Amino acid sequence: MAERSETEEVKLLGMWASPFSRRIEIALTLKGVAYEFSEQDITNKSSLLLQLNPVYKMIPVLVHNGKPISESLVILEYIDDTWRNNPILPQDPCERATARFWAKLIDQQICVAAMKVVGKVGEERDAAVEAARDLLMFLEKELVGKDFFGGRSLGFVDIVATLVAFWLMRTEDLLGVKVVPVELFPEIHRWVKNLLGNDVIKKCTPPEDEHLAYIRARMDKLNIKSA
Amino acid sequence: MSSGEVKLIGAWASPFVMRPRVALNLKSVPYEFLQETFGSKSELLLKSNPVHKKIPVLLHADKPVCESNIIVEYIDETWSSSGPSILPSHPYDRAMARFWAAYIDEKWFGALRNFLKAEGEEEKKAVIAQMEEGNALLEKAFIDCSKGKPFFNGDNIGYLDISLGSFLAWLRVTELTASHKLLDEAKTPSLCKWAELFCNDPAVKPVMPETAKLAEFAKKIFAKPQA
Repeated sequence: MAERSETEEVKLLGMWASPFSRRIEIALTLKGVAYEFSEQDITNKSSLLLQLNPVYKMIPVLVHNGKPISESLVILEYIDDTWRNNPILPQDPCERATARFWAKLIDQQICVAAMKVVGKVGEERDAAVEAARDLLMFLEKELVGKDFFGGRSLGFVDIVATLVAFWLMRTEDLLGVKVVPVELFPEIHRWVKNLLGNDVIKKCTPPEDEHLAYIRARMDKLNIKSA
Repeated sequence: MSSGEVKLIGAWASPFVMRPRVALNLKSVPYEFLQETFGSKSELLLKSNPVHKKIPVLLHADKPVCESNIIVEYIDETWSSSGPSILPSHPYDRAMARFWAAYIDEKWFGALRNFLKAEGEEEKKAVIAQMEEGNALLEKAFIDCSKGKPFFNGDNIGYLDISLGSFLAWLRVTELTASHKLLDEAKTPSLCKWAELFCNDPAVKPVMPETAKLAEFAKKIFAKPQA
């Protein structure tokens, strides 16, 4: 049981439409940790953000009793190390290594591959979609026989993979291409349904209409044609 | 949990492979080193790491663990009662170690690799400037993390020492090629002192590539084809 002092202060500098920020909210909520949320304008970064994350100048930043931690995967591990109830990572070292492996794949490769689809047309887009699907197939296979990546309940990889469920898959209609069609990825679709049945996920996911409007506005600003 | 045969698929020149080797040495875990031939990938490697097809891969009782820093954490967690702790014990220190290890792989190493590939004086100058900026950040990180002790991890080498230290041989080769000191005693005095201590650590010495041998290997792999 983590020690709770009277003055325990948890603050999250984040952004409502960011998958990296939302995953921190999921983790803190799963653990029942009270926190103050500070919505940041990433187009006009606050001096507080620049001071607390001088290396990357990005959200999310978790501030615990005055000490800042940046990089969402680092923050997730910190949360799991600090508040030991409702563990996010599995106990077994081999399973932990596997969870960390998938999380890294999602953030460093799947996320990048998905971004490459945006703004492309024709053959170039087809190639980008295929590359993203090749990577997503690994996640598809991981889900066979499981409700969540974490097994019977939400875990580290599920939290990280919300990026796929609520960002990649939500923008498909706007992009005009189904990167993750149900015929090819039935397990992922089943998993998304399971996620939507979870109260913490529902609470910590951007509301769909506002989210789509935001993405559409961003695409317009960047002169990317939306379907 | 720690029983079972240990094998490591790798190559002598790879800084990523060096990381788990140092970790296994710190924990006094005997292992079989399966050397890959440069330019080809063994069946075992392709089977053990189907996602990335890259070294290092740790095989523990035939179960594969991939990604160098993930392997180092796995080693620390599996052989927790043997040798010193590789990750720090305090959650905040662990977060700092993970943060800087990710920075080293994602930003700092990128600059080093760009230098080896850079053509022309302008490009080289730009990359040197990038590297020096990174080194300045790491010098400060060292002071913050070490808290007056000889290593990032304190009295003994740990996760962050291994993460950065594994690049020292390549850094030396780059300095030779560039005739330019990248780790400067005037600009980064703490890192220079640390580098020497790291290289002389008994867990490191047997697996640190010899600079001359590595320089020759670098020449071979970066050789431009004859016109």
